[in-house]
Amino acid sequence: MQLITARGLTVRHGGQVVLAGVDFTIAKGEIVTVVGPNGSGKSTLLKALIGLEHSVEGQITRAAGLSIGYVPQRLHMDARIPMTVRRFLSLPRRVADAAAEAELARTGVAGIGPRPMSALSGGQFQRVLLARALLARPEILILDEPTQGLDQPGVAAFYRLIEEVRAETGVAVLMVSHDLHVVMSATDRVICLNGHVCCEGAPRVVSEAPEYRALFGLGTGGALALYQHVHDHGHDHDQATGHAPGHGHGHSGHAHHHHHEGTDA
Amino acid sequence: MPEDFLIRAALAGLGLTLATGPLGAFVVWRRMAFFGDATAHAAILGVALALATDLPVYAGTLAVALAMGLAVSALAGRGQAADSALGVLAHSALALGLIAVSFLPGVRADLSAYLFGDILAVTGGDLVWIWAGAALVLALIAWRWQALLTATVDEALAQASGIDPRRERLVLTLALALVVAVAVKIVGALLIAAMLIIPAAAARGPSRSPEAMAGFAVLFGALSVLGGLALSLRLDTPAGPSIVATAAAIFALSLLPRRAG
Repeated sequence: MQLITARGLTVRHGGQVVLAGVDFTIAKGEIVTVVGPNGSGKSTLLKALIGLEHSVEGQITRAAGLSIGYVPQRLHMDARIPMTVRRFLSLPRRVADAAAEAELARTGVAGIGPRPMSALSGGQFQRVLLARALLARPEILILDEPTQGLDQPGVAAFYRLIEEVRAETGVAVLMVSHDLHVVMSATDRVICLNGHVCCEGAPRVVSEAPEYRALFGLGTGGALALYQHVHDHGHDHDQATGHAPGHGHGHSGHAHHHHHEGTDA
Repeated sequence: MPEDFLIRAALAGLGLTLATGPLGAFVVWRRMAFFGDATAHAAILGVALALATDLPVYAGTLAVALAMGLAVSALAGRGQAADSALGVLAHSALALGLIAVSFLPGVRADLSAYLFGDILAVTGGDLVWIWAGAALVLALIAWRWQALLTATVDEALAQASGIDPRRERLVLTLALALVVAVAVKIVGALLIAAMLIIPAAAARGPSRSPEAMAGFAVLFGALSVLGGLALSLRLDTPAGPSIVATAAAIFALSLLPRRAG
């Protein structure tokens, strides 16, 4: 079942074409990662799919009553709004204390509820945003560079958390990322964007595509191989379809590529 | 025993602060301070138009304040030029209002009352307007509270949750126009913005939640009204400015460093 489908999506910013003729689809429970250089339209694609962009041509179909959990790239919350973490979680729908606490625990920031939002570290803030998004029990999580400002272990831990959440709840995940090598291992499908879709498919297929290498260089390929876990049991070149959540991880023979081993057994 | 006109003045001020408290919190959070200014300025044009056409003053100010709010909202949605556009609109509306009034014989003295307000001249009928308007604004804000708050925190976040940020902005514009329309006669156009911003700004310090900040803004507004009227009575100072000066004093107190924080 497709949650969001877009056909021939073209988005302009002040007359300038930011995205041209993008076809997109994401299925239930699928993790799709959008990569691309700065200014390639990654955030714009996410915003268009949510309905935040104004001059959009083409067709966007969202599943009826689709509930979206959105984690923006940056949240410019004015420090003059007094807001505890607990209060923030009840926006816009009020949630019970038990549910709020459980979600904070799941995202690794248990007991943080009484703290003011302005006192959180970057990592805590991202996790609170994720907790809030999850409280709406979304069918799809949309994350725009969710690991900005996190250190390397923090980034790895965040993606591990995303995979765990997907395994537990079956939520689909669409995210933009710069953390290419880390994200490649935690995703079912990669879309490489540069104003249009350069290439698309399973992480390894994309990482070997000439269009991808032209954008990100050959050096990344090596790093990818290191981190990649194999999703290619029999359908390596199955470009546009996702993988069922929670399937076992294969091994590609590298010694230390499994930074999230055993998290979704 | 306080005299009737003083009780009416206090009741009018307290009714006003019920609306300006929570609304002022949004004005502070959304950096709409100048927006409140512009709407209040425009109200003078509304007063002039109402006097010229023999319409009730409330209707004239409401209409012009609303038109102003909508124009500003539309401009704000189109980019960064909103700030200067706001200035152009605000001052030209005020100037046009003053010019329009100069063609009307015998209302020049009246107009200064609308600029600076005359809370001591509030009638029983005014009180009904003020409390009805304040109740309406309070109800509007309470009804939209969660959506308004979400859209204020982050518009994209709100939209992803199915809230239309433009509609919430419209709700605030409407509420602001309503407050200006009912308050222009009490504290005057020039002082409305002060009553919107100062108590709310003072309320930030002691507040841990948005709701607390709205509550403290009402409390500080009420203290300003009562304190200002007392001051005015004692020192024979103009009532409206005394209220604002009291609010400013409360704000200054709120800036004092709190050791316990």
